[in-house]
Amino acid sequence: MSSTAIFINVFTLGCLIFAFLKNRAKTRQALKVAVKSFLRILPIVFIIIIFIGLFLGFVSPNLISEIVGEQSGFSGVLFVALLGAISHIPSLISFPLAASLIKSGASVTAVAAFITTLTMIGIMTLPLEIKELGKKVALLRNGISFVFAIIIALIMGSIL
Amino acid sequence: MKKAVGKKQKKGIIKDIIFLGIALIVAIILLSFFPDRREAVAAASWEIFIEMIWILPAVMVLMGLFSVWVSKEIVVKYLGKASGIKGIFFAILFGALPTGPLYVAFPLAAALIKKGARISNIIIFLSAWACIKIPQEMVEFQFLGLKFMVARLILTIIFVVIMGVSIEKIIEWSDKKEREPIGGKDGAGIRS
Repeated sequence: MSSTAIFINVFTLGCLIFAFLKNRAKTRQALKVAVKSFLRILPIVFIIIIFIGLFLGFVSPNLISEIVGEQSGFSGVLFVALLGAISHIPSLISFPLAASLIKSGASVTAVAAFITTLTMIGIMTLPLEIKELGKKVALLRNGISFVFAIIIALIMGSIL
Repeated sequence: MKKAVGKKQKKGIIKDIIFLGIALIVAIILLSFFPDRREAVAAASWEIFIEMIWILPAVMVLMGLFSVWVSKEIVVKYLGKASGIKGIFFAILFGALPTGPLYVAFPLAAALIKKGARISNIIIFLSAWACIKIPQEMVEFQFLGLKFMVARLILTIIFVVIMGVSIEKIIEWSDKKEREPIGGKDGAGIRS
């Protein structure tokens, strides 16, 4: 168990004890929500685990670094940014995927671009966003997010 | 309304389970054709599984706690009137609290606009909701390391604030030009 995981679990336990002392009923309700959302996300977790396993077992690091590695340049970054924008996987689960990509040769820039567009931009939720906030706001937000995500990724690549 | 959401969720989970089945079948077929890859695939999957199982329950508990304690009413109350630096701070804070998926945030944002919140704060709120969630940062920390997480967090906050302010300017400028209400059917997006 990594120190990060220990920290997170201790922190959560602290919050849980505090919450329980403050309001038992509410805490019980919160735990119910937690169990429900855990079960809800579980199938996707297993899909991603299988996917990453197959991915790392079959795709060679050489190929990965060719497509999204340092030498792939700007077009590689643009490609993964687009991929992130249209993908619809829960962001929580994108991090293990990102970590295994880096391990097998992807550049920090590409991975940062993927995570940032994945979280900031929602093509799937765009219709809802337009309905609630109007075309102008929704399209501006998603469009500018895409450009900024690439800028963030490029800065990440140069400082890390 | 609530029933409709529940139904949608049920449909979603069935879809996910079907996809899981397909993934399993694909994996079994692939691995029976390439038995030499079995070990590598199993090792990689197992490693990810262990890492996730140590962290996901805690993350879910935190999300549950926040979703019960921080009600929509509190968000609307604090964000509806706050402005300036304070407004930006609240927008990021409430966005970052783990209180549900993005599609929950859109109606909330529309309600905030009607209450007179600034467009810039709404954009910052939505973007923070989408990409600066506290549990998300924790998982990012776990898998990609502290440096990666902190660097991306700081950069994201800076650019999200820039984006919020510039979208507000663009909207104001184009409103002046058109003198027409923007936004959806119910006129969300007008700020007077």
